[in-house]
Amino acid sequence: MNDMAVLTASDFKSDTKPIWCPGCGDFSVLTALTKALAELARPREQVALISGIGCSSRIPAYTRVYGLHGVHGRALAVAAGVKLANPDLTVIAAGGDGDGLSIGGNHFLHACRRNVDMTYVLMDNQVYGMTKGQASPTTAPEWCESKLTPHGTGVSPVAPLHLALASGVNFFARGFAGKPNELAALILAGIAHPGFSVIHVLSPCVTFRPEQRGWKSVVHASDAPPASDPAEALARYAGDDGFTTGILYQADRAPFLPAHTSDLTAEDFAAGFAVRGGEMAAVADRGQA
Amino acid sequence: MDADHIEQTAPHIAMTDAGWRAPGAGEQPATGSVSLAVLGSGGAGSMRAGEILLEVAAEAGFFGLMTRSMGPQIRGGEAAALLRLSTAPVSSPDDHFDLLIALDWGNFAGFAAELPLAPGSLVLTDPAEGEVPATVLASGARIAQLPLKELARKVANGRTNMVALGAAAALIGLPAELVVAVLASQFGRKGEAVLAASAAALRLGAEAATGLPAVPRLGAPRQDGAARWNISGNQATGLGALKGGVKFVAAYPITPATEVLEWLAPALEKTGGRLVQAEDELAAINMTIGASFAGTPSLTATSGPGLALMVEALGLAVASETPLVVVDVMRGGPSTGIPTKSEQTDLNIAVYGLHGDAPHLVLAPNAVGDCLSTAHWAVSLAETLQTPAIVLSDQALGQSRAILAPPAPLPATAPRLTPVPDQVEYNRYAVTESGVSPMAIPGMPGTAYVADGLEHTERGTPSAQAAAHQTQLDKRARKLDGFDFGARWADLEGEGDIALITWGSVTGPAREAAERARARGQRVRLISLRLLLPAQPEKMHAALAGVRRALVVEQSHGRQFHKYLRSFYDLPAEVAVIARPGPLPIRPAEILERLAAWESVR
Repeated sequence: MNDMAVLTASDFKSDTKPIWCPGCGDFSVLTALTKALAELARPREQVALISGIGCSSRIPAYTRVYGLHGVHGRALAVAAGVKLANPDLTVIAAGGDGDGLSIGGNHFLHACRRNVDMTYVLMDNQVYGMTKGQASPTTAPEWCESKLTPHGTGVSPVAPLHLALASGVNFFARGFAGKPNELAALILAGIAHPGFSVIHVLSPCVTFRPEQRGWKSVVHASDAPPASDPAEALARYAGDDGFTTGILYQADRAPFLPAHTSDLTAEDFAAGFAVRGGEMAAVADRGQA
Repeated sequence: MDADHIEQTAPHIAMTDAGWRAPGAGEQPATGSVSLAVLGSGGAGSMRAGEILLEVAAEAGFFGLMTRSMGPQIRGGEAAALLRLSTAPVSSPDDHFDLLIALDWGNFAGFAAELPLAPGSLVLTDPAEGEVPATVLASGARIAQLPLKELARKVANGRTNMVALGAAAALIGLPAELVVAVLASQFGRKGEAVLAASAAALRLGAEAATGLPAVPRLGAPRQDGAARWNISGNQATGLGALKGGVKFVAAYPITPATEVLEWLAPALEKTGGRLVQAEDELAAINMTIGASFAGTPSLTATSGPGLALMVEALGLAVASETPLVVVDVMRGGPSTGIPTKSEQTDLNIAVYGLHGDAPHLVLAPNAVGDCLSTAHWAVSLAETLQTPAIVLSDQALGQSRAILAPPAPLPATAPRLTPVPDQVEYNRYAVTESGVSPMAIPGMPGTAYVADGLEHTERGTPSAQAAAHQTQLDKRARKLDGFDFGARWADLEGEGDIALITWGSVTGPAREAAERARARGQRVRLISLRLLLPAQPEKMHAALAGVRRALVVEQSHGRQFHKYLRSFYDLPAEVAVIARPGPLPIRPAEILERLAAWESVR
């Protein structure tokens, strides 16, 4: 059916049962995302939800919009291709901290630079869940519950906010899966904001990081309006504990969308290869005469 | 064009309407083709001289092929423009060069092996540039001095490459006026001073040529008025993509594929498309997948190292049934290898490189003009079969420039098979007789689905069940196995019990060898494969009917093409292989020599 009627969040949910563990924060992200889409009030067919690989990257199949569940780490590249090919679509990329900041880290920084008009829901649980509990790029160095790194990772975690700011991000918000209504509002604000918007979601993994159940008591809403200058933002958030929620940064760089016209056809370009032949020889002949 | 200027400088070469005259006393008889090389250190202008000479030949009515030999340096390395000008279409280098002009000998050792000379060859050397290298002397070629620097100094801002251009044009029978006319058309009004200096320098070169030993001169050009193009292989690939309907390109620069992108960027901008420079090849192919998923025929272009980075995503394109085209302009490998020179060694990765059972298309153009047709065909097949197509071009095609008859146009790419809207239960991966299922495009109401690299049901829901895997593998294989690829799968020429089997840029020399063999009475057929995957065993069986001996010709140390043929086709009992790595091109005489050995044992 054509989605002219008013749709609710449940109209955006599919009948496919998620693979997520009971208590996974991603259930709430799905709730928040579908709520945001209902409030966006665009027909379902005008939304494309793109993901890579990981627990959270399974999310497209649980919605009823167009989706692409691709390879590990490349969701932002796929999403940029979708948006640049059809700018009329609302394009959302989604995935986890490993997908987006480790294997896909290069694409994250270039997506911030490029500023294609799309929204990235980055579900961060500081662990690789699908491969059963290894350290991710946002894992603290002393976390030693993985058999791969029994003495801790010993390496500094990535701070998505700082990485995004340093890379020129246009919009950065942080939400908590435990507060889906607030998260829905942040996702909606990110979609509405032109350019590349990052929604960094603290989404607990109750299976491999059960201590993350305690996040609900440490998250705290930002009490300041969003920063809009990168230097100011970096200074303001230099000591950020990673649990400040709300719209943290909002700038107004123009989205990337190369302009084009349809003035010419392939045949026009083909004509450019034609050898003039006799004409020029005749010119040379006249010169000689 | 400044006619007065031309008149004042009193051209000494008479012209017919076509700019060609019969050989005079003391000159060598006219010939069907002339091969010449202009070489020098990078930046000396040898490529520029070669390109102008090619265009002059084009304007005079000839055909031609100009390949490039370059070192990896941006400036200061070795650079040679290798031309073969001809009265008929030409797609192969000749066995040796008739004329070699050295602007300098600075980096000659870097490509000496690529410049075969014969005792009849003429080498022009500038006494100011030192001794002629021993390898050149050892060839037995005639050596003559041409004081390029001294002549260039006689003209304000005169350049040695223009003196060399004037001499070369005069020696092979191209009139200086036409060279000036071509230069004038390129410089336009802005460049009158530059044009005057260039014209004066090239006239000095042309005058100096009158005292030089003769080289073969081009015979009369065709006067049939048929259209000809001056185009490079990489430009032809870009144009083929455009004609095939490509509207989106994402790519990462890499030698020797970059010119495909440089040509497509402004062309797409004016034909309703977009080109994005991605952060790497991983992004490039995934952007391409995204754009195609969104309904736009899409392409990326790269070379071997980039293709290696793309193969994971090619598996996604196969599994999610997303059409796209990857053009690989092959270069010497593995690793960084020889980035500026040609080789046919990405065949294995293109055919076997994907993980899982992943039916896909592999095509290869076999001439500069065929780069256009094959790129167009690849787009068309990918769109129809909803599968990725790899197009294996190579440096010898891509960075060569040819004067050729315009390739015959292909039918326009058919629109994708799409579903009827608003279905109660839309199954994106529905099992069909052909294997091709209607593909919904975002924006179409009532048919939203998730394209998935996970194995899936007909609906697209992820599934790890054996039956779903079997069903979808069957369906994806059936798309390609059951499709009629028609006659374009290979070029088949000639009759006889000997077959030359080849592909890609080596087809040019093989074709010429076959023609020469026929001319001496040996019956040889040529089989040049354009469609490498899916293999076409029935068509190959028919093509090989009556063949007792096959000579496989390829530019690969590891005999990749021979092994490919062995794995997909039944070959005759007696098979010989000419397999040599790049960068040395395979020349017709080498193939002919192997054919002659068979002739003698008959």
